[in-house]
Amino acid sequence: MSGDLPAAVAPTPRAETLLRFFTCGSVDDGKSTLIGRLLYDTNSVFEDQLEALERDSKKFGTQGDSLDFALLLDGLSAEREQGITIDVAYRYFSSKTRAFIVADTPGHEQYTRNMATGASTAELAIILIDARKGILPQTRRHSYIVSMLGVRHIVLAVNKMDLVDFSRATYDKIVADYRETVAGLGFSSIVCIPMSARDGDNITARSTRAPWYAGPTLLEHLDTVDPSFADRSDAAFAMPVQWVNRPNLDFRGYAGTIASGVLRTGDEIVVLPGARRSTVARIVTADGDLAEAWAGQAVTITLADEIDISRGDVLSAPTHRLTPRRSLLARVLWMIDEPLTQGRDYIIQQATANANARVANLHHAIDIENFNEKPADALSMNQIGLVSLACDKALVVARERGDRELGVFILIDRLTNQTAGLGVIDLDAATGEATNDIAAAPPIAATFADKLRAHVGESGTPRRAAFARESASAMGLAALLGVVAGGVSGNVAAGIAVTIVDLIARPTLRLLIARADALPDDIIDPGAGI
Amino acid sequence: MALSHLESLEAESIQIFREVAATCEKPVLLYSIGKDSAVLLHLAMKAFYPAKPPFPLLHVDTTWKFREMIEFRDKLARDLGLDLIVHINEEGVKAGINPIDSGSRLHTDVMKTQGLKQALDKYGFDAAFGGARRDEEKSRAKERVFSLRSAEHRWDPKNQRPEPWRQYNTRKRPGESFRVFPLSNWTEADVWDYIVRENIPVVPLYFAASRPVVERDGALIMRDDDRLPLRPGETVQHRMVRFRTLGCYPLTGAVESEATTLAQIIAEMRASRASERQGRVIDHDGSGSMEAKKQEGYF
Ligand SMILES: Nc1nc2c(ncn2[C@@H]2O[C@H](COP(=O)(O)OP(=O)(O)OP(=O)(O)O)[C@@H](O)[C@H]2O)c(=O)[nH]1
Ligand SMILES: [Mg+2]
Repeated sequence: MSGDLPAAVAPTPRAETLLRFFTCGSVDDGKSTLIGRLLYDTNSVFEDQLEALERDSKKFGTQGDSLDFALLLDGLSAEREQGITIDVAYRYFSSKTRAFIVADTPGHEQYTRNMATGASTAELAIILIDARKGILPQTRRHSYIVSMLGVRHIVLAVNKMDLVDFSRATYDKIVADYRETVAGLGFSSIVCIPMSARDGDNITARSTRAPWYAGPTLLEHLDTVDPSFADRSDAAFAMPVQWVNRPNLDFRGYAGTIASGVLRTGDEIVVLPGARRSTVARIVTADGDLAEAWAGQAVTITLADEIDISRGDVLSAPTHRLTPRRSLLARVLWMIDEPLTQGRDYIIQQATANANARVANLHHAIDIENFNEKPADALSMNQIGLVSLACDKALVVARERGDRELGVFILIDRLTNQTAGLGVIDLDAATGEATNDIAAAPPIAATFADKLRAHVGESGTPRRAAFARESASAMGLAALLGVVAGGVSGNVAAGIAVTIVDLIARPTLRLLIARADALPDDIIDPGAGI
Repeated sequence: MALSHLESLEAESIQIFREVAATCEKPVLLYSIGKDSAVLLHLAMKAFYPAKPPFPLLHVDTTWKFREMIEFRDKLARDLGLDLIVHINEEGVKAGINPIDSGSRLHTDVMKTQGLKQALDKYGFDAAFGGARRDEEKSRAKERVFSLRSAEHRWDPKNQRPEPWRQYNTRKRPGESFRVFPLSNWTEADVWDYIVRENIPVVPLYFAASRPVVERDGALIMRDDDRLPLRPGETVQHRMVRFRTLGCYPLTGAVESEATTLAQIIAEMRASRASERQGRVIDHDGSGSMEAKKQEGYF
């Protein structure tokens, strides 16, 4: 490699856009083979690695004397011995137009947690199907998880077409079945490609064995797909405080990664939870102060005022789309053997905050056969369900669904420290938790009145106003509210009103209270709770 | 404004550093003097600026590193004003373990792996940053950013904690610790591009120069001092060589090269069809070699 190189070879230009994608699907559908083939065909495998592949293929390979491309990915000895993928592998490669980070995930149901890890940061999913087998339960489970984790772009890779003679009828049927299966999952694009990962058909080179297919090869599609990268700079500024930088008495900086928006010095910010305000004095980096910083950057901010801010607080623009909540409704994927059950406590970790979270309610599980809701007493490993969590302090969460910074969390088992579940917050569905949530409340009139007062708030407070607004608009029960609220703030009337309510209107009231509980905690007295 | 590829890698690494500082009690940065360590240290300086990184550097010295590496290490720690802990496995030294007579496997195990474990236990570090990248090796490609190790420092590859989004679960029991890899998603090319962009100093051994080498088992081994005995028929030749990775000098193969500038190094790397670890003897002493070492507590 000496002499002849340096002056002549200009560095390859770096691809500017980055696409993160991953493979998923059922066991043995050919996911690792596909990525191995893609790396091989794009010249991303070094010569010494190829030699190792040849040796390994002879030793562990499933393809006789030919190369077993899956062995480029399955790097753990247990994986090579068993011929399956256990944990996600990350690979990095580039085409002429793009840089790619690809995660190869396991198909085995037992390792669904590892598939979810690979999916969580991706923009595009390649879902593989073995052409001989069609849609399997794992295809459905993975499709649901992909949708739940906010991946909007799908490639349906109908693989092993060589084993069905590249039959168009077989392909068409699988494509139709799949489109029907995932119709309700909200994907914005589904591109279907017939391929043979083993032989390289329609991966980077067009297959000559499927002349009836006119669509793009896999690489063509990956190169050109517009993943409509949600530019998080367009949203209002928000930054969870990760670490307080205090080297001496004269400097107090708040370090974190900007979750959304743009920040400029002089901007007004609000510290959540709470409503403390200040302005940005400096945006400090080792390369000098910045005039502005945007989503994705890791910065250190100093403020004009001395206010007490710690890890877990969120600095945000006054126009933010965030809300402090102590009760959360979320879809949870369970990842450990010990099932999730109602009443259990976990540690919730969301953005940079931690709290204790009790499972207030397990509303239902998702039936992976048809994506319907089904009643459930527990979520066992790999199950998905809708859960209400009651936290012991307010967490600052995104109002909009699908926010991968402030709308997601993990649950940690207190005893084993395992990462037990991952969750996607679903504020819109708040009505779903109403009736059940209050079922645990003690049916004693006196405490009920106290709780009611705590929820409705004293008259004239923002809390009362919020309660009135919420109940009036949502339930159309302004009349009832008038009676109840008047009763609570008065004295003698209180018992009567509450008794009436307790006897006649309790289900409705429960609904009202549940709605109130879903109000921001900076309006609601943080001490209130059911 | 979207961040460039390097900018997002930098931001991700800084976030990882800060997460450790915020949640672990006694972190340490494993500084092994190579280009990855150089980038790692540079990122640590950035992550905590204007404060100094709230942890010391640890070098597990096998006593067989290139002399230029040691000079570079000592000067850098002085210049940056950082605490540098140098740990040598004295038992190994007493037992006469060395890469030439003991073989690469035993030497690496005793002087590196056991040495590292001794140092971590001695000081009670509960999180150790390392500069490993997933693109280096197939079992590394499988490892998490926060890699939990048992009290015995073992890695359990079949039972890793999921890391969805960038939510790192940093809880552990007493005695357990983390190996933390802020450069997980960087490639060799990213590392060099970043070194150029940030003007980060690296050990001169990465640049081609005339150096005394012997051809041995298909590799070019530099004779850095006279502890390397010549085998019958071997002669020391002076050739223009440089190194793609740095380790113990008797175990690290040089490549012939004329690249004396960063731009030339990058051009060579992009044109190369061999991986950077090819020159490392220790990766090849047994299949699943790296994974086995990691299970025993190696980085
Ligand atoms: N005939 C044929 N065989 C294939 C094709 N793709 C993969 N295979 C074979 O199918 C088997 C499984 O392939 P893998 O790539 O390991 O499957 P996987 O989906 O990664 O499996 P898991 O990760 O364990 O879920 C191997 O024996 C492959 O060689 C194909 O297109 N045609
Ligand atoms: Mg696989």
